Amino acid sequence: MIQREDERRVNETGTAVRADPLADSDPFVIAGETFGSRLIMGTGGAPSMRTLEDALVASGTRLTTVAMRRVDPSVQGSVLDVLRRRDITVLPNTAGCFTAGEAVLTAKLAREALGTSWVKLEVIADERTLLPDPIELVDAAEQLVDNGFIVLPYTNDDPVLARRLEQIGCAAVMPLGSPIGSGLGIRNPHNIELIVEQAGVPVVLDAGIGTASDAALAMELGCDAVLLATAVTRAQAPARMAAAMRHAVEAGRLARLAGRIPKRRYAQASSPWQGLSTA
Amino acid sequence: MDVVIVGAGVIGLAIAWRSAQRGLDVTIVDPRPASEASYVAAGMLAPVGELAYGEEELLRLGIASRDRYSAFVAELEELTGHDTGYRDEDTVQVAFDSDDLAFLDDLRRFQETLGLPATPLSGRECRRLEPMLAPSVRGGLLAERNGSIDPRRLTAALLAAVERAGARLVRRRVTRVLVEAGRAVGVRTEAGDDVRADQVVLATGAWTHRLAGLPPDVVPVIRPVKGQVVRLRTRVPFLTRTVRGVVKGSSIYVVPRSDGEIVIGATQEELGYDTTVTAGGLWELLRDARELIPGITELEFAEVCAGLRPGSPDNAPVLGPAALPGLLLATGHFRNGILLAPVTGDVVSEALTTGEVPDVVRAFTPERFAKEIPA
Repeated sequence: MIQREDERRVNETGTAVRADPLADSDPFVIAGETFGSRLIMGTGGAPSMRTLEDALVASGTRLTTVAMRRVDPSVQGSVLDVLRRRDITVLPNTAGCFTAGEAVLTAKLAREALGTSWVKLEVIADERTLLPDPIELVDAAEQLVDNGFIVLPYTNDDPVLARRLEQIGCAAVMPLGSPIGSGLGIRNPHNIELIVEQAGVPVVLDAGIGTASDAALAMELGCDAVLLATAVTRAQAPARMAAAMRHAVEAGRLARLAGRIPKRRYAQASSPWQGLSTA
Repeated sequence: MDVVIVGAGVIGLAIAWRSAQRGLDVTIVDPRPASEASYVAAGMLAPVGELAYGEEELLRLGIASRDRYSAFVAELEELTGHDTGYRDEDTVQVAFDSDDLAFLDDLRRFQETLGLPATPLSGRECRRLEPMLAPSVRGGLLAERNGSIDPRRLTAALLAAVERAGARLVRRRVTRVLVEAGRAVGVRTEAGDDVRADQVVLATGAWTHRLAGLPPDVVPVIRPVKGQVVRLRTRVPFLTRTVRGVVKGSSIYVVPRSDGEIVIGATQEELGYDTTVTAGGLWELLRDARELIPGITELEFAEVCAGLRPGSPDNAPVLGPAALPGLLLATGHFRNGILLAPVTGDVVSEALTTGEVPDVVRAFTPERFAKEIPA
């Protein structure tokens, strides 16, 4: 543990003040930008704008994706209005694109419309699974990076593909836990660990989160952030689930930083046996 | 007392009719009455089928309006001699795969908690009710008393009723609301002439924010939500009741009419005032409809069109007096304009004559947005 300056601080009455051990700064940074929350939200599936807004506020998110094929930035009352009002950074995505060509075009239109060069790159293979098409994804990522975009690709939970995306120059990698909207959680935690282990850019667990424990697990596995939408927007009480996700992401992050105990086959008493009364 | 109603869609017409019946001097202004969303709408009267978590109050309002429909239509048809194509019947809601069935089960349990029992159906039972359904349909729900109406016939009948009741129809576009001394006193049309009245009602749907002259924060944000709808024709009996379906996670409905028209809808797109009919929209509707009812590919293609639903921040209508004296709102009906026309006509005409908002719409007055941070 790093001994911090303020832990040695002394208050007015001369008593030593212990600093909050949780106060170590732990910023979440992508491409030089710091975000105050490790929960990235999506906006699809919300029953109403008001429900969405309440959920976004409850989630504490600072970065939220918007499908650029589904919104017109000039319209009053749109999801972009909600994000502007709540001072949440917009991350345009290329949802609904099947080819690199479509994805690159959509990203360029988004840059023009929103004035941001950030893009969550999504190139899906088919509508049934919504799984990423790895070949189109790499192709699109290369083109976008070359065009000066900050690219955050939604990818399979394949460590090799994740590494390739990083090598191309993506600002983060976003492996899926399971298919979009499925709520199946993290189906291959081992691969997520491998991706985390080798990544030099932030890893964002994207897609498949069903409930709070899934989000906590992602963070315990070492992901830098979690991106989710359906688990909140289609929950019975979206704002409440959003708050649950906020806590889960924080809890998982703290647990990761704290360092979990090794697993043992047999019990180990938490208090020592020595010195116990035998009377 | 005189009143000017802006907008002659199904909502404005219902208000105009009921208000004129109550003895108000009514002028209704619209360049193209009974066009736009009212013209595109499929006309499902399905409060239960549209149920979503957190929208229980809206469900109650929908049921209240549905319960008024039979009498509303009977009176209207009697008065005008028009046929509105009204059908009061069960509808079936079916699931395409096991994920869709799980979604319907969840919906059914939610309905039951609200005291609205729905009958679960096996795939075979669904197909016994509607033999045109695909063998792959996994199961469904039977929803009682979720009928339908032909919105084009309904608005034609309402137009006749409005004229018969003595209301004046002005075929002009309203450009601004006239405000004097902190009170709405009428409207100005594109021709530059003013229609003055004691009270102004905005039944302007998705175009509410196109009106000039309103002080800020008087009208909550109403955004256009595009919907594309396909119309087919059949000469042979095809479906006996409305079929709603969930196909691989997306919702679709197929509404049969007695005259052989079959309406398939609808996309839901947040693209501003764009009403372009797209290849993708048409394809998605036909694809999902064909999954559920393979035989639709044999039917005659009649029409495809797109309309703009007026969406409020909470999907519910905004009904009653606004913060600006003399101004009443009747907008934001979103997916439920046709369904909610009877109750809207009743409560807004009552508010116009008595100044009181009936209990049934207490939860839907503009006040609920008063604390909203302006956009």
